[in-house]
Amino acid sequence: MKRRGRDGIAALVARDIPEGSYVNLGIGLPTLVANHLPREREVFLHSENGILGMGPAPPPGEEDPELINAGKQPVTLLRGGAFFHHGDSFAMMRGGHIDLCVLGAFQVAVNGDLANWHTGAPDAIPAVGGAMDLAIGAKAVYVMMEHLTKDGQSKIVERCSYPITGLACVDRIYTDLAVIDVTPQGLRVREMVEGLVFEELQRLTGVHLVPP
Amino acid sequence: MHPMASLPVARLGRTRIALKRDHADTQPTMISKIVETGAEALAGVRDGATVMVGGFGTAGMPDELIEALIGHGARELTIVSNNAGNGDTGLAALLKAGRVRRVVCSFPRQPDSHVFDALYRAGRIELEVVPQGNLACRIEAAGAGLGAIYTPTGYGTILAEGKETRCIDGRWYVLELPIKADLALVKAQRGDRWGNLVYRKAARNFGPIMARAATCTVAQVREVVDLGVLDPEAIVTPGIFVQRVLEVPARGVSA
Repeated sequence: MKRRGRDGIAALVARDIPEGSYVNLGIGLPTLVANHLPREREVFLHSENGILGMGPAPPPGEEDPELINAGKQPVTLLRGGAFFHHGDSFAMMRGGHIDLCVLGAFQVAVNGDLANWHTGAPDAIPAVGGAMDLAIGAKAVYVMMEHLTKDGQSKIVERCSYPITGLACVDRIYTDLAVIDVTPQGLRVREMVEGLVFEELQRLTGVHLVPP
Repeated sequence: MHPMASLPVARLGRTRIALKRDHADTQPTMISKIVETGAEALAGVRDGATVMVGGFGTAGMPDELIEALIGHGARELTIVSNNAGNGDTGLAALLKAGRVRRVVCSFPRQPDSHVFDALYRAGRIELEVVPQGNLACRIEAAGAGLGAIYTPTGYGTILAEGKETRCIDGRWYVLELPIKADLALVKAQRGDRWGNLVYRKAARNFGPIMARAATCTVAQVREVVDLGVLDPEAIVTPGIFVQRVLEVPARGVSA
């Protein structure tokens, strides 16, 4: 079995984003998706701090401290891009105008509950940012994450043990092992990495999966 | 209880009306919201005031107005801002000076938020964490004169615990109250003496909505321009939402 690396997961997500989509890529792993979108495919990237038509990172020396993404990294604006204030930006998100949001996660539950903002550790300073808006606002929410924690626990769970970001909001999960749809009939496996059989994926995941 | 209800209301001046001659204009007297110094920009701020501070990270952060607020000396402030300070300047410096009792923000914890982190861990500052979009729409609600909003964001999470909820058209919402302020400090690119503002790139972020939600909005602008220079079709914040304008030329940022 050959696990997908971070870029491998990102490439799969990018493959599934249709031309003309309005897309928000969350902070962290999802940011990598932008690198795998083919140049000829026009996709509108939204950044919740107030950018539509966001372009790639600028060449060294051309960074502008007032042109940053939601992760506060320097970016560029494509021709045709626009700036707007936070009210408009979150109306785009909350109002269902964004087609797809791609997020990282600590855990996803079988019903699509998402936990990705807080470990729940008592000494952690809570910081939510736009996570809860992104989770429930877009027409579709894809999660990309490692399938298992470092100690081998499935991050796909019956019920999230970490604090919830949004209820029943995840539509699809991309991991280093598989792509899984969250459906009313349960978690339906779309594809698995080469060399992985369904029974093994089922064993590693723990919660009930519907075979492809 | 409304989160702001326990705070005293600062009685800041509305539009400052100055009578002065302007050589670019033939009128002998005129309205001007332009102030000449940081002290003038912050005149009238009272202890216990709620102060909105624009900016997302350092983009759009009105550093010079925050320095002026530190110089002014007001204490026991409630700060409403997306973050809780970066590094040791701007908002972080205000926190470090011990002027802030409470922070309302979406994302306090950052790699360089050590000033806030230390105060929070020492129990010397209160924190209300608000999802970023709820922060935006609660500020918008205040500026638009709405009594409250029902938002789907946060429903079913610990940030909505104890709050009124309601199912509308098959979807669940959380009742959230407006966030208004005695003072808003925002940064814009250009402004005129009527208070009209345009911003620059992603530094716009919270500026336009905070300007609407405060009794007194002070804008620091990189350039003050004559009336009529700003394209009326492209003015982002109309002057009615701005009470004072302070020119602070750019420090090393290209236009």
